[in-house]
Amino acid sequence: MAEFEKILFKYIDYPEQDRISTYMKNGGYAAFSKAVTTMTPEEVTDVVIKSGLRGRGGAGFPAGRKWSFLPKGIDKPVYLTVNADESEPGTFKDRELMEKDPHMVIEGTLIAAYAIKCKIAFIYIRGEFTFAARQLIRAIEEARAKGFVGKNIFGKGIDIDIIVHRGGGAYICGEETALLTSLEGGMGYPRVKPPFPAVAGLYGCPTIINNVETLANLSHIINRGAEWFASIGTPKSTGSKIFCLSGHINKPGNYELPMGVPLRELLYDHGGGIRDGHNLKAVIPGGSSVPVLTADKIDVHMDFESLAEAGSMLGSAGVIVIDETMCIVRAALNLAQFYQHESCGQCTPCRQGTYWMLVILNRIEHGEGRMEDLDTLLDICDNIEGNTICPLGDAAVPSVRSTIRQFRDEYEYHITNKACLPGTIAQGFE
Amino acid sequence: MEYTAKGHLSKDSISEILRLKTAYPHRKSAILMVLHVVFDQYGYMDREALAEAADLMELPLVDFEQASSFYTLFPNQPVGKYHIQVCRTLSCHLRGAQQLVDMLREFLGIGVGEVTPDGLFSLVEVECLGSCGTAPMMQINDAYYENLTRSSVISILDELRAKAQNG
Repeated sequence: MAEFEKILFKYIDYPEQDRISTYMKNGGYAAFSKAVTTMTPEEVTDVVIKSGLRGRGGAGFPAGRKWSFLPKGIDKPVYLTVNADESEPGTFKDRELMEKDPHMVIEGTLIAAYAIKCKIAFIYIRGEFTFAARQLIRAIEEARAKGFVGKNIFGKGIDIDIIVHRGGGAYICGEETALLTSLEGGMGYPRVKPPFPAVAGLYGCPTIINNVETLANLSHIINRGAEWFASIGTPKSTGSKIFCLSGHINKPGNYELPMGVPLRELLYDHGGGIRDGHNLKAVIPGGSSVPVLTADKIDVHMDFESLAEAGSMLGSAGVIVIDETMCIVRAALNLAQFYQHESCGQCTPCRQGTYWMLVILNRIEHGEGRMEDLDTLLDICDNIEGNTICPLGDAAVPSVRSTIRQFRDEYEYHITNKACLPGTIAQGFE
Repeated sequence: MEYTAKGHLSKDSISEILRLKTAYPHRKSAILMVLHVVFDQYGYMDREALAEAADLMELPLVDFEQASSFYTLFPNQPVGKYHIQVCRTLSCHLRGAQQLVDMLREFLGIGVGEVTPDGLFSLVEVECLGSCGTAPMMQINDAYYENLTRSSVISILDELRAKAQNG
């Protein structure tokens, strides 16, 4: 396969790429200048729509179309909120972008703010990412000194300010309405949609929420055009994607590749194969909230449509690799604990459902399971799914349901023999 | 309103809170950032400092208390000078996070959720810190320590211990 020319990671390891002088030497802020001085906001939106760029946070909604949902002709301020609350287990791409190439994120934020006529943009970054937050703040100040942030940008009467807002360590705040509630100063409880944030978001004003990686693509789309971007990837999943490889893989890390790359190629050609020569057992291809794929399914292509056809999702493209040494019940239990801890407690099906899934998986893992537990777990899944305000409940279901459906024999072995499958071991480190 | 300092917040904390007070379109939006200021000064949510921050912001204390109870980054009780948070979620688990916790418990002589008698170290398990490609990992105060091995963990802790002894 021909060498893919990286877009987002082209300069990721370039010395001092985080400084505005280096970023500009490598072509930075030309796109923002081009947008503001030669294009109308509507033209920018149009290019992004034509590029086919879809949200990189997990849902995959077309970014330009999202912007076009903003109500026209009302006199309320419009807000842009950058979702930098990267917390989906298995996902660590936005952090690398913000730490190593923060100006690309800031430039994307400015382009989006210009397109939607927003004067104040917020970057909601997860509280633990202190270094990334410092990088962003410094990048904003450097951009302010150059006149790219602040009042009357490029003498065009455009005002845009960017505020970095640090979260407090709550997975739920990555959900867009919880993020807004949190940003308004409260506990991060999700809100019922509709109204959608584009109509009534932050402070009741029209608000667009975009993921970091989504925005990082914008300068490249403006510079090189919608057709160029749409020629990369697949017809419906355009552009490149940063795939995060973790777990039992020889070379974990972030890999930027065209959308639609086969999972097998990602794991073996780029990731160096399964650790210690073990056999692959399962892959969670899109962050912990999507169904697992069994080892025989890795010829699937990594794009929104292909993974949906294969019964999973691209999600955040956090690819968690699980080999034969891991007990599948323990894997499901580990994630059940995550969702139980992170459920905000607002909706009964999620609050109670995640709790009981944790209790039942815990007793199966510890040799006290009953055969009817498996159907009880599936029943709990059915009762959570679709019955909560936000997608956290839905996100807690796949790891449990898909492991039971695809590894039912192993669950049954576990219950009958009160022990993990032979060959599975406690996971160690050197 | 003229504000008289009550002595629980440092000068730097007060000026940062006053900056935050007018940084947002609505003052209440700054609550989380104010919690970070109190946490950065104390390492936990000191109640009197929090009350002083609420006064300074001219917002009800209950808003701050609610928020600090919702978010896991703001402990109510003092923690160790070096607060060790080990990620336990799946990607780290697959790379030995449980054994890392076991090793730290043995090495520090404390359980999860405890502080060493000298107040130097505290240990907790936390959910995914977004460092899955560099697992196993731990966060100590605001720094990430990644790709951990048994020997790197020991040298990190020895270094912190030495740093504490040398003031």
